[in-house]
Order: sequence, then structure tokens, then C-alpha cells
Amino acid sequence: MRALAWHGKHDVRVDTVDDPEIVNPRDAIIKVTSTAICGSDLHLYDGYIPTMKAGDILGHEFMGEVVETGPESTLKKGQRVVVPFTISCGSCYHCGKQQYSACDNGNPADNQDIAQELYGQPMSGLFGYSHMTGGYAGGQAEYVRVPFSDVGPIVVPDGVEDDKVLFLSDILPTGWQAAEYAEIEPGDTVAVWGCGPVGLFSVQSAFLMGAERVIAIDHFPHRLELAKKFGAETINFEETKTYEALMEMTGGIGPDAVIDAVGLEAHGFFVDNVIDQIKASLFLGTDRPHSIRQAIIACRKGGRVSMPAVYGGFVDKFPLGAFMEKGLTLKTGQTHVQRYLPGLLNAIMEGKIDTTFLISHRLPLSQGPDGYRMFHDKQNEVTKIVLKPDMDRVAT
Amino acid sequence: MTDAGDDAPLSTKKDGHSSQDAASLGLEARGGDLLARSVTINRPKAELYRFWRDFSNLPKIMDNIVRIDVIDQQTSHWVVKGPGGKEVEWDATITQDLPDEAIAWASKDASDISNSGRIEFRDAGLRGTVVTATILYDAPAGLVGKAIAKLSQREPGIQARRDLRRFKQLMETGEIATNARTRKQHEEEMA
Repeated sequence: MRALAWHGKHDVRVDTVDDPEIVNPRDAIIKVTSTAICGSDLHLYDGYIPTMKAGDILGHEFMGEVVETGPESTLKKGQRVVVPFTISCGSCYHCGKQQYSACDNGNPADNQDIAQELYGQPMSGLFGYSHMTGGYAGGQAEYVRVPFSDVGPIVVPDGVEDDKVLFLSDILPTGWQAAEYAEIEPGDTVAVWGCGPVGLFSVQSAFLMGAERVIAIDHFPHRLELAKKFGAETINFEETKTYEALMEMTGGIGPDAVIDAVGLEAHGFFVDNVIDQIKASLFLGTDRPHSIRQAIIACRKGGRVSMPAVYGGFVDKFPLGAFMEKGLTLKTGQTHVQRYLPGLLNAIMEGKIDTTFLISHRLPLSQGPDGYRMFHDKQNEVTKIVLKPDMDRVAT
Repeated sequence: MTDAGDDAPLSTKKDGHSSQDAASLGLEARGGDLLARSVTINRPKAELYRFWRDFSNLPKIMDNIVRIDVIDQQTSHWVVKGPGGKEVEWDATITQDLPDEAIAWASKDASDISNSGRIEFRDAGLRGTVVTATILYDAPAGLVGKAIAKLSQREPGIQARRDLRRFKQLMETGEIATNARTRKQHEEEMA
């Protein structure tokens, strides 16, 4: 089969590799029909994520058709499924509490060592995201082996287009969880830093959860335009003093809840030297933890901080004093994708949530390397690239 | 121990342990290095005990064990990958067998590697069972051997933690997680 493989910094290639097979009893093989490039894939592309190996197959946002099942899989051939980016067993204590991204067993035993050292306890496995998170082959491929297929994938009804449900795999539940963690009460004002896909879905979710006002903060005009379409007020931080604007827009109180959807933008696990590397090579690097600092300073007293943005190592100058004195609450974490799938699929089917607005480009899988380059170079115009292996199949 | 002490397990002491401690842990004295690792497994303790009591099951979860031949109810023969790719072998006897509670074993005298171990299963209510593996051993060829073992990732502390994770995976999920994409890759990994 053909698959997009990582070969080093700014080097993604279309490789031909062996087709995946059923290895464990609970596996299924999915023939991919749509797979997206995530903002966090760009960090692999930029070479910031350690424990990548040349030839690793990329991609953690994907869906497709079940073509083969292991004896313990509950899926059936021919079903269309969206696959969560987190690999969770469904049987451990954490899965039992619906803390799927904290699954004890999704990451192979030998791959858990690094996270155990860095974080104290290892987290679940992830598709296509370095060996620290399992070394699993990802979904930017014609076929994928999906472990624990009886727990993760959600079956979507026939007749619903891929574009409507693909983002159930990661960014929609991530934006939803971010809004849920903001514990929104009717009449609240919520401020969202970052209008990438997760930020935009947080805006949408916050309104659905009863926020009266949402204020979206970014510097890409096109992305702010998209936030405006959902009814958000906007702040362009290149033109405006963000703290002053937020205080004036909220009558001097500050937003009731703040959502940091910027961070390091990665699902990955940065270690210190990697962060130093960013600081050294990219002047933006040092600025990035700025979003969480600013969010904490702007947040009203007794308010809530939700942080879907991923931080992997240590952050300097965390405003612990402001956080304590104002009595804030912080909720964060990788997304417990499986927890939200049935509810969000319903909301899509009922027309309450539309995610198709986000897709700016659709390309055949074989043009994946170009897709990475475009996404990397043009973040204003390119909001989301979806790769369709079938566009190659038709062509040949 | 002469100090007042806290409630932490002996294996977590900064000052190490004395040889007299082995008995208090239910182990035969076989070597100067003590290692203990605990894991909580979301299954009843009787089920975990049954799996472990049949030593021929252990190569499924222990990466560095080539095979264990069960000779009789008390005796088994262990073939293990040592540092530098060389295999080491010994006979072990069961020294304690408390059904559903604990199993202890020790290498027979004149073994290549002197070692003893004990596995204990404690009921943890809604969380399942706390499993604690305790091992006493002499690192092969002293400190240098230990360093080599560490490089080849056969350092006992790392190995024990990984083996217990595999035990947990197999018991909780019915399979051992792997990132192999094909059966051939999987076989190569297992070899």
C-alpha cells in the first residue's frame, strides 16, 4: 500500500510498504477514505518531536471502511467508522472512568518507559505520533491496523459524507472537551486564545453550552473571520492590546472562563531540550507559553481556565501568584475522545454542529507531501487539508 | 533495622537493605540486590494467581525468558537471555505457595545466577488486585555487568516494570499491545 512516511525534518514521502494485517484478536483493518493533516503533525514535520524514526507512517485523524476484523473485534466488514486518535483498551481502571487518554494498556509496554520517566505515569497510545506514544503506524495511508477496535471506532450511518464526521477523530471532541472544562454557566463570557481548528470548535461548543459571549483571539484575519461566523467577537493581537481589550469588553471584570487553544499546538510530548531547541531556532518559540500567562491574567477572579493546548515539558514564569490569589481553577489534558463520540455524532446528525466549513483543501493521498508544505507555509489560507486515497484510486 | 523508620517498602529505601531483610519479605536469601515493583490489575486475584502458578505461562509476558520447563509441582528449569546475548540457565524451586495470595521461588544452589523471587496478590476492591513482584539477585559480573545489562535494556528494574505491564495488558485486555503492522513484524519482535 501507499502511505505518507516521515523521513526527517521537512521530509515527508509517499512510501510503498506492506499492507497491515490483523495481529491481535481485537484488531480491525480499515481502508482509509479520508484523513486530515493536523496542526500537531506540523511539529513532526518541523522535527520537534523526539523518538520519531525514518519511515514512520504519519496521521492520527482518519476514517474509512472496515475490511478485516480479528476474532474479538465487534466491527463488521463494510461498516464505515471514524477512529479516535487515542488508542485505549476499554478494560483498565482509567477507561472504566472514561479517562480514555490515560489508558494504561494502549501503549506497548516497552514504549511506556519515556513517559513514565517524564510524567510519572505513562499515557495511552496514539496513532502516528512518535515512539514515545506507542510507535503505531498512522492513518495517512491506504490501510491502517486499528488495535482495540471494539472500543475506539464509532460506526457512522451510510449516506453521511466523510467531511461531516471526519473531525470526530480528534479536533471536534478536543474543542468540545475544552469548552466542557470551562464549566460554562448561562450568561458567561468566554475568551478563546487561538482560532485554529480546536479553538474554532471551542467557540462553537461554548455557544452550544450556553455562553452569552465568546471572544476569539488570533492574528490570522481569515481565522478570525471564521470565528466571527459563529457569532464570536474578535481580537487581533497584532493590532490590539489583548488584556486592555478584554477588560474593556467585559466591563472591567475579565472573562468568566478562558480557553488556551494555542500552547505548543502539539499532541506530542516535548522534553526540555526540545523546548530549548525551539527557543534557540525560532524567536516565536519563547513567546508561545505567553497565551496561558495572558489567559490567567485576564481571567476574572474565581474564574475557570481550560487548557486544551498541549505543553510537554516545563514552562518558565507561570503566573502562580495570580492563579492562586484569584482562586482560579485549571482543567486540562489530552482528549478522552471515546467519551464524546456518541453525543457529538448525534449533534452532527441533527445539524447542530457543522465542521465542513473548516476544510480548505482536498487532495489525493499521493499529494500529501505538497499538502504538508502548503499547510506549513500558509496558515492563514490553509485551515484544513483532507487527503483522500480514493482520488488516487480513481486516477489510476 | 534500628531506626524508627517510616511505612515505605524496604525496596524504596535510599540506604539499600540488609541481607536479613530477605526473610521478612518471604524470600530466600539469594543475592545482594533487592528490587520490587507493584502494579494494579483490574482482575480478581485468584485469576492472576492461577496464571502465575503455571510457570510455563511466564515467557508470554517476560521478554528476557527464552522458556521455563515445568519439571514437577515444585521444580522448574529457567532459560534466560543474559547480557551480551548469552543464555543463562538454572533450576528453581517453589519455596512458598499460598493459593490466591503469594508464590515464592528460589534458584537451587550452584546456579549460574543466584536469585529468588516472590509475587504477591492483594485485593484492591474496585480497582482489582495489587500485584507486587520482589526479586533478590546478584548482578552478573558485579557493577560492570549491571552497566552492560542496562545498555542492553535487560537491567532488572526496567525489565521488571515492562514485564508487569505486559502481565497487566494480557490479564485486562486479553492481548499484549503491539505496534507491529504485520504478523511477520510481530514475530520478529517476539523473537
